[in-house]
Amino acid sequence: MLLEKLKIGRKAFEDGTGWQLKPEGACKGDVCIPLAKKPGRTVDVERIAGEMGLPLVAEPAHGLWALGPESVGARALTSAEAPDFRLPDLAGREFTLSSLRGQKVLLFAWAPY
Amino acid sequence: MWQALRNELHPKGFELVAVGLDTQGNDGCRAFIEAAKAEHPSLIDRHHTLANLYGVINIPQSVWIDERGMIVRPAETAPAPPTENRAPRLQMPAELPPRFVEIMSEAVKIPNDAAAYHEALRDWVDKGAKSRYAMSPEQVIARSRPRDYDHALGHAHFELATELEIRGQHAAAVKHFREAHRLVPESWTFRRQAWSLERGVEGPLARFWQGPKADDPKSWPYAGDWLTDVRKVGAENYNERWKP
Repeated sequence: MLLEKLKIGRKAFEDGTGWQLKPEGACKGDVCIPLAKKPGRTVDVERIAGEMGLPLVAEPAHGLWALGPESVGARALTSAEAPDFRLPDLAGREFTLSSLRGQKVLLFAWAPY
Repeated sequence: MWQALRNELHPKGFELVAVGLDTQGNDGCRAFIEAAKAEHPSLIDRHHTLANLYGVINIPQSVWIDERGMIVRPAETAPAPPTENRAPRLQMPAELPPRFVEIMSEAVKIPNDAAAYHEALRDWVDKGAKSRYAMSPEQVIARSRPRDYDHALGHAHFELATELEIRGQHAAAVKHFREAHRLVPESWTFRRQAWSLERGVEGPLARFWQGPKADDPKSWPYAGDWLTDVRKVGAENYNERWKP
Protein backbone atom coordinates (compact mmCIF):
# COMPACT_ATOMS: atom_id res chain seq x y z
CA MET A 1 0.00 0.00 0.00
CA LEU A 2 1.45 3.37 -1.05
CA LEU A 3 1.27 6.29 1.36
CA GLU A 4 2.07 9.99 1.24
CA LYS A 5 1.54 10.43 4.98
CA LEU A 6 1.74 8.19 8.04
CA LYS A 7 -1.52 9.14 9.73
CA ILE A 8 -4.46 8.00 7.63
CA GLY A 9 -8.17 7.37 8.00
CA ARG A 10 -9.28 4.00 9.28
CA LYS A 11 -11.26 3.15 6.13
CA ALA A 12 -8.28 4.01 3.93
CA PHE A 13 -6.14 1.64 5.99
CA GLU A 14 -8.75 -1.14 5.79
CA ASP A 15 -9.27 -0.68 2.03
CA GLY A 16 -5.54 -0.52 1.37
CA THR A 17 -4.50 -3.54 3.45
CA GLY A 18 -7.57 -5.80 3.50
CA TRP A 19 -7.36 -5.91 7.30
CA GLN A 20 -10.48 -4.91 9.29
CA LEU A 21 -9.91 -3.00 12.55
CA LYS A 22 -12.27 -4.47 15.17
CA PRO A 23 -12.39 -4.25 18.98
CA GLU A 24 -10.53 -7.58 19.17
CA GLY A 25 -7.77 -6.32 16.88
CA ALA A 26 -6.80 -6.28 13.22
CA CYS A 27 -8.63 -9.16 11.50
CA LYS A 28 -8.42 -10.88 8.11
CA GLY A 29 -10.20 -14.18 7.45
CA ASP A 30 -9.76 -16.30 10.59
CA VAL A 31 -6.75 -14.36 11.87
CA CYS A 32 -6.93 -11.51 14.41
CA ILE A 33 -3.89 -9.65 15.68
CA PRO A 34 -4.53 -7.90 19.03
CA LEU A 35 -3.76 -4.18 19.11
CA ALA A 36 -2.64 -2.24 22.21
CA LYS A 37 -5.16 0.53 21.60
CA LYS A 38 -8.76 0.16 20.36
CA PRO A 39 -8.85 1.49 16.78
CA GLY A 40 -10.21 5.02 16.33
CA ARG A 41 -11.07 7.06 13.24
CA THR A 42 -7.44 7.61 12.28
CA VAL A 43 -4.57 5.14 12.17
CA ASP A 44 -0.96 5.76 13.17
CA VAL A 45 0.62 3.66 10.42
CA GLU A 46 4.06 3.43 12.01
CA ARG A 47 2.64 2.13 15.28
CA ILE A 48 0.16 -0.33 13.75
CA ALA A 49 2.80 -1.62 11.32
CA GLY A 50 5.02 -2.40 14.28
CA GLU A 51 2.22 -4.22 16.13
CA MET A 52 1.17 -6.21 13.07
CA GLY A 53 4.67 -6.96 11.82
CA LEU A 54 4.02 -5.17 8.51
CA PRO A 55 7.12 -3.79 6.78
CA LEU A 56 7.17 -0.04 6.16
CA VAL A 57 9.66 1.27 3.60
CA ALA A 58 10.40 5.00 3.32
CA GLU A 59 11.57 7.04 0.37
CA PRO A 60 11.71 10.41 2.13
CA ALA A 61 13.33 12.23 -0.80
CA HIS A 62 10.09 11.70 -2.72
CA GLY A 63 7.57 11.87 0.13
CA LEU A 64 6.51 8.25 -0.27
CA TRP A 65 6.17 5.15 1.89
CA ALA A 66 5.12 1.60 1.06
CA LEU A 67 3.39 -0.55 3.67
CA GLY A 68 4.04 -4.18 2.74
CA PRO A 69 1.85 -7.26 3.15
CA GLU A 70 1.62 -9.42 6.25
CA SER A 71 3.76 -12.51 6.82
CA VAL A 72 1.51 -14.11 9.43
CA GLY A 73 1.28 -17.78 8.47
CA ALA A 74 4.54 -17.94 6.50
CA ARG A 75 2.52 -18.19 3.24
CA ALA A 76 1.36 -15.65 0.68
CA LEU A 77 -2.27 -16.58 1.47
CA THR A 78 -3.60 -16.38 5.03
CA SER A 79 -7.03 -17.47 3.82
CA ALA A 80 -8.45 -19.24 0.75
CA GLU A 81 -10.96 -16.41 0.31
CA ALA A 82 -9.91 -14.69 -2.90
CA PRO A 83 -8.75 -11.18 -1.90
CA ASP A 84 -10.85 -8.60 -3.69
CA PHE A 85 -9.16 -5.96 -5.81
CA ARG A 86 -10.02 -3.07 -8.09
CA LEU A 87 -7.96 -2.50 -11.25
CA PRO A 88 -8.58 -0.41 -14.37
CA ASP A 89 -8.96 -1.56 -17.97
CA LEU A 90 -7.40 0.24 -20.95
CA ALA A 91 -10.21 2.81 -20.93
CA GLY A 92 -9.64 3.54 -17.26
CA ARG A 93 -12.85 1.86 -16.10
CA GLU A 94 -12.40 0.29 -12.67
CA PHE A 95 -13.22 -3.41 -12.40
CA THR A 96 -13.76 -5.29 -9.12
CA LEU A 97 -13.07 -9.02 -8.87
CA SER A 98 -16.06 -9.63 -6.59
CA SER A 99 -18.39 -8.44 -9.38
CA LEU A 100 -17.90 -11.93 -10.87
CA ARG A 101 -19.29 -13.76 -7.83
CA GLY A 102 -21.45 -16.63 -9.14
CA GLN A 103 -19.05 -17.55 -11.95
CA LYS A 104 -15.92 -19.62 -11.98
CA VAL A 105 -13.01 -17.25 -12.57
CA LEU A 106 -9.54 -17.83 -13.96
CA LEU A 107 -7.28 -14.90 -13.06
CA PHE A 108 -4.61 -14.81 -15.75
CA ALA A 109 -1.41 -12.84 -15.10
CA TRP A 110 0.56 -11.90 -18.22
CA ALA A 111 3.08 -9.22 -19.21
CA PRO A 112 4.39 -7.59 -22.42
CA TYR A 113 8.07 -8.32 -21.56
CA MET B 1 -4.51 -15.86 -26.66
CA TRP B 2 -7.03 -17.63 -24.49
CA GLN B 3 -9.96 -16.00 -26.20
CA ALA B 4 -11.26 -19.09 -27.99
CA LEU B 5 -11.12 -21.22 -24.85
CA ARG B 6 -12.86 -18.53 -22.83
CA ASN B 7 -15.66 -18.18 -25.38
CA GLU B 8 -16.16 -21.95 -25.41
CA LEU B 9 -16.37 -22.22 -21.61
CA HIS B 10 -18.17 -18.97 -20.86
CA PRO B 11 -21.70 -20.41 -21.37
CA LYS B 12 -20.85 -22.91 -18.59
CA GLY B 13 -20.41 -20.09 -16.08
CA PHE B 14 -16.67 -19.51 -16.57
CA GLU B 15 -14.95 -16.16 -17.00
CA LEU B 16 -11.36 -15.22 -17.72
CA VAL B 17 -9.89 -12.07 -16.15
CA ALA B 18 -6.61 -11.14 -17.85
CA VAL B 19 -4.33 -8.91 -15.81
CA GLY B 20 -1.28 -7.26 -17.38
CA LEU B 21 1.45 -6.83 -14.76
CA ASP B 22 3.25 -3.83 -16.19
CA THR B 23 4.43 -0.63 -14.56
CA GLN B 24 4.27 0.95 -18.02
CA GLY B 25 0.52 0.45 -17.84
CA ASN B 26 -1.47 1.33 -20.96
CA ASP B 27 1.65 2.18 -22.95
CA GLY B 28 3.07 -1.27 -22.30
CA CYS B 29 -0.10 -3.34 -22.62
CA ARG B 30 -2.18 -1.55 -25.27
CA ALA B 31 -0.84 -3.28 -28.39
CA PHE B 32 -1.36 -6.76 -26.94
CA ILE B 33 -4.81 -6.03 -25.50
CA GLU B 34 -6.07 -4.45 -28.72
CA ALA B 35 -4.72 -7.34 -30.80
CA ALA B 36 -6.50 -9.87 -28.57
CA LYS B 37 -9.92 -8.19 -29.02
CA ALA B 38 -11.06 -9.96 -25.88
CA GLU B 39 -14.65 -10.05 -24.65
CA HIS B 40 -13.52 -10.80 -21.09
CA PRO B 41 -12.18 -8.23 -18.60
CA SER B 42 -8.63 -7.20 -19.43
CA LEU B 43 -7.03 -5.18 -16.64
CA ILE B 44 -3.80 -3.27 -16.02
CA ASP B 45 -1.80 -3.84 -12.82
CA ARG B 46 1.01 -1.28 -12.64
CA HIS B 47 2.04 -2.07 -9.07
CA HIS B 48 1.82 -5.87 -9.32
CA THR B 49 -1.07 -6.04 -6.87
CA LEU B 50 -1.46 -9.69 -7.88
CA ALA B 51 1.99 -10.43 -6.46
CA ASN B 52 1.04 -8.96 -3.07
CA LEU B 53 -2.43 -10.49 -2.91
CA TYR B 54 -1.96 -13.85 -4.66
CA GLY B 55 1.77 -14.58 -4.67
CA VAL B 56 2.22 -14.43 -8.45
CA ILE B 57 5.97 -14.75 -9.15
CA ASN B 58 6.15 -15.26 -12.90
CA ILE B 59 4.05 -14.88 -16.02
CA PRO B 60 2.01 -16.44 -17.39
CA GLN B 61 0.39 -17.66 -14.15
CA SER B 62 -3.20 -18.28 -13.13
CA VAL B 63 -5.40 -18.50 -10.02
CA TRP B 64 -8.69 -20.43 -10.06
CA ILE B 65 -11.58 -18.99 -8.03
CA ASP B 66 -14.96 -20.66 -7.57
CA GLU B 67 -18.47 -19.19 -7.66
CA ARG B 68 -18.37 -18.34 -3.94
CA GLY B 69 -15.15 -16.37 -4.29
CA MET B 70 -12.94 -19.13 -2.83
CA ILE B 71 -9.55 -19.86 -4.39
CA VAL B 72 -9.42 -23.53 -5.49
CA ARG B 73 -5.96 -23.38 -7.10
CA PRO B 74 -3.38 -20.77 -6.01
CA ALA B 75 -0.97 -19.03 -8.41
CA GLU B 76 0.77 -21.50 -10.74
CA THR B 77 2.22 -21.57 -14.26
CA ALA B 78 -0.57 -21.25 -16.84
CA PRO B 79 0.48 -22.51 -20.28
CA ALA B 80 -1.48 -21.43 -23.36
CA PRO B 81 -4.22 -23.86 -24.47
CA PRO B 82 -2.61 -26.62 -26.59
CA THR B 83 -4.59 -25.82 -29.73
CA GLU B 84 -3.81 -22.08 -29.65
CA ASN B 85 -1.13 -20.40 -31.70
CA ARG B 86 1.62 -18.72 -29.71
CA ALA B 87 1.37 -15.10 -28.60
CA PRO B 88 0.60 -12.56 -31.35
CA ARG B 89 3.56 -12.52 -33.67
CA LEU B 90 5.74 -9.47 -33.26
CA GLN B 91 7.35 -7.99 -36.32
CA MET B 92 10.85 -9.53 -36.16
CA PRO B 93 13.69 -7.28 -37.35
CA ALA B 94 15.49 -8.62 -40.42
CA GLU B 95 18.74 -8.97 -38.47
CA LEU B 96 18.32 -10.40 -34.99
CA PRO B 97 20.99 -9.41 -32.45
CA PRO B 98 22.76 -12.52 -31.08
CA ARG B 99 21.27 -11.97 -27.63
CA PHE B 100 17.74 -12.58 -28.93
CA VAL B 101 18.86 -15.78 -30.60
CA GLU B 102 20.35 -16.90 -27.29
CA ILE B 103 17.19 -15.91 -25.39
CA MET B 104 15.04 -17.91 -27.78
CA SER B 105 17.27 -20.99 -27.51
CA GLU B 106 16.83 -20.93 -23.74
CA ALA B 107 13.09 -20.21 -24.00
CA VAL B 108 12.42 -23.29 -26.14
CA LYS B 109 13.95 -25.45 -23.37
CA ILE B 110 11.38 -24.25 -20.81
CA PRO B 111 9.03 -27.22 -20.14
CA ASN B 112 5.35 -26.94 -20.95
CA ASP B 113 2.56 -28.84 -19.17
CA ALA B 114 -0.26 -27.48 -21.35
CA ALA B 115 -2.04 -30.81 -21.92
CA ALA B 116 -2.28 -31.71 -18.21
CA TYR B 117 -3.19 -28.19 -17.12
CA HIS B 118 -5.97 -27.77 -19.67
CA GLU B 119 -7.44 -31.19 -19.04
CA ALA B 120 -7.66 -30.17 -15.38
CA LEU B 121 -9.22 -26.82 -16.23
CA ARG B 122 -11.96 -28.41 -18.31
CA ASP B 123 -12.56 -30.98 -15.58
CA TRP B 124 -13.03 -28.22 -13.02
CA VAL B 125 -15.34 -26.18 -15.27
CA ASP B 126 -17.50 -29.31 -15.73
CA LYS B 127 -17.45 -30.72 -12.19
CA GLY B 128 -16.76 -27.73 -9.95
CA ALA B 129 -16.08 -28.69 -6.33
CA LYS B 130 -16.24 -32.40 -7.28
CA SER B 131 -13.24 -32.03 -9.55
CA ARG B 132 -10.13 -33.65 -8.11
CA TYR B 133 -8.24 -30.58 -9.29
CA ALA B 134 -10.14 -28.23 -6.96
CA MET B 135 -8.18 -27.94 -3.72
CA SER B 136 -9.47 -27.53 -0.17
CA PRO B 137 -8.83 -24.19 1.59
CA GLU B 138 -6.03 -25.79 3.65
CA GLN B 139 -4.35 -27.13 0.53
CA VAL B 140 -4.71 -23.77 -1.22
CA ILE B 141 -2.97 -21.97 1.63
CA ALA B 142 -0.25 -24.63 1.93
CA ARG B 143 0.45 -24.49 -1.81
CA SER B 144 0.73 -20.71 -1.93
CA ARG B 145 4.14 -19.06 -1.97
CA PRO B 146 6.28 -18.96 1.17
CA ARG B 147 6.20 -15.50 2.70
CA ASP B 148 8.37 -14.49 5.63
CA TYR B 149 9.15 -10.95 6.78
CA ASP B 150 11.95 -10.55 4.20
CA HIS B 151 9.54 -11.46 1.40
CA ALA B 152 6.98 -8.97 2.69
CA LEU B 153 9.69 -6.31 2.92
CA GLY B 154 10.72 -7.09 -0.65
CA HIS B 155 7.11 -6.62 -1.79
CA ALA B 156 7.04 -3.20 -0.13
CA HIS B 157 10.27 -2.20 -1.92
CA PHE B 158 8.84 -3.41 -5.23
CA GLU B 159 5.60 -1.46 -4.84
CA LEU B 160 7.58 1.67 -3.96
CA ALA B 161 9.83 1.10 -6.98
CA THR B 162 6.86 0.89 -9.36
CA GLU B 163 5.36 4.12 -8.04
CA LEU B 164 8.69 5.93 -8.29
CA GLU B 165 9.06 4.69 -11.86
CA ILE B 166 5.55 5.92 -12.69
CA ARG B 167 6.50 9.34 -11.23
CA GLY B 168 9.59 9.49 -13.46
CA GLN B 169 12.07 8.85 -10.64
CA HIS B 170 13.94 6.06 -12.39
CA ALA B 171 17.16 6.12 -10.34
CA ALA B 172 15.20 5.90 -7.07
CA ALA B 173 13.07 3.13 -8.58
CA VAL B 174 16.16 1.09 -9.46
CA LYS B 175 17.39 1.33 -5.87
CA HIS B 176 14.15 -0.25 -4.60
CA PHE B 177 13.92 -2.80 -7.42
CA ARG B 178 17.38 -4.03 -6.41
CA GLU B 179 16.23 -4.51 -2.80
CA ALA B 180 13.12 -6.37 -3.98
CA HIS B 181 15.29 -8.72 -6.07
CA ARG B 182 17.58 -9.40 -3.12
CA LEU B 183 14.71 -10.10 -0.70
CA VAL B 184 12.45 -12.12 -3.03
CA PRO B 185 14.93 -14.08 -5.18
CA GLU B 186 12.27 -16.51 -6.44
CA SER B 187 10.18 -13.78 -8.11
CA TRP B 188 10.84 -13.68 -11.86
CA THR B 189 8.26 -10.93 -12.31
CA PHE B 190 10.11 -8.63 -9.91
CA ARG B 191 13.23 -9.08 -12.00
CA ARG B 192 11.71 -9.16 -15.48
CA GLN B 193 9.68 -6.00 -14.84
CA ALA B 194 12.76 -4.09 -13.66
CA TRP B 195 14.96 -5.41 -16.48
CA SER B 196 12.31 -4.52 -19.06
CA LEU B 197 12.50 -0.87 -18.05
CA GLU B 198 16.17 -0.56 -19.09
CA ARG B 199 16.88 0.37 -22.70
CA GLY B 200 19.02 -2.38 -24.17
CA VAL B 201 18.03 -2.01 -27.79
CA GLU B 202 15.38 -0.07 -29.71
CA GLY B 203 12.46 -1.53 -31.63
CA PRO B 204 9.45 -3.77 -30.88
CA LEU B 205 11.55 -6.36 -29.02
CA ALA B 206 13.19 -3.77 -26.74
CA ARG B 207 11.43 -4.95 -23.59
CA PHE B 208 12.57 -8.53 -24.08
CA TRP B 209 16.27 -7.61 -24.12
CA GLN B 210 16.41 -7.60 -20.31
CA GLY B 211 20.16 -7.32 -20.02
CA PRO B 212 23.22 -5.12 -20.44
CA LYS B 213 23.64 -2.96 -23.54
CA ALA B 214 26.15 -4.51 -25.95
CA ASP B 215 28.05 -1.24 -26.30
CA ASP B 216 27.93 -0.23 -22.62
CA PRO B 217 27.67 -3.33 -20.40
CA LYS B 218 29.03 -1.57 -17.29
CA SER B 219 25.97 0.68 -17.10
CA TRP B 220 23.68 -2.29 -16.28
CA PRO B 221 22.40 -1.58 -12.76
CA TYR B 222 21.25 -5.07 -11.75
CA ALA B 223 22.94 -8.12 -10.26
CA GLY B 224 21.48 -10.48 -12.88
CA ASP B 225 19.78 -10.44 -16.25
CA TRP B 226 17.42 -12.78 -18.08
CA LEU B 227 20.03 -14.91 -19.88
CA THR B 228 22.44 -15.18 -16.94
CA ASP B 229 19.71 -15.98 -14.41
CA VAL B 230 17.94 -18.55 -16.59
CA ARG B 231 21.22 -20.30 -17.35
CA LYS B 232 22.10 -20.32 -13.66
CA VAL B 233 18.92 -22.18 -12.60
CA GLY B 234 18.55 -24.07 -15.88
CA ALA B 235 15.68 -23.40 -18.31
CA GLU B 236 14.10 -26.70 -17.23
CA ASN B 237 13.70 -25.20 -13.72
CA TYR B 238 12.39 -21.83 -14.87
CA ASN B 239 8.84 -22.79 -13.86
CA GLU B 240 7.67 -25.40 -11.37
CA ARG B 241 6.20 -28.43 -13.15
CA TRP B 242 2.41 -28.58 -12.97
CA LYS B 243 1.03 -31.05 -10.44
CA PRO B 244 -2.65 -31.88 -9.79
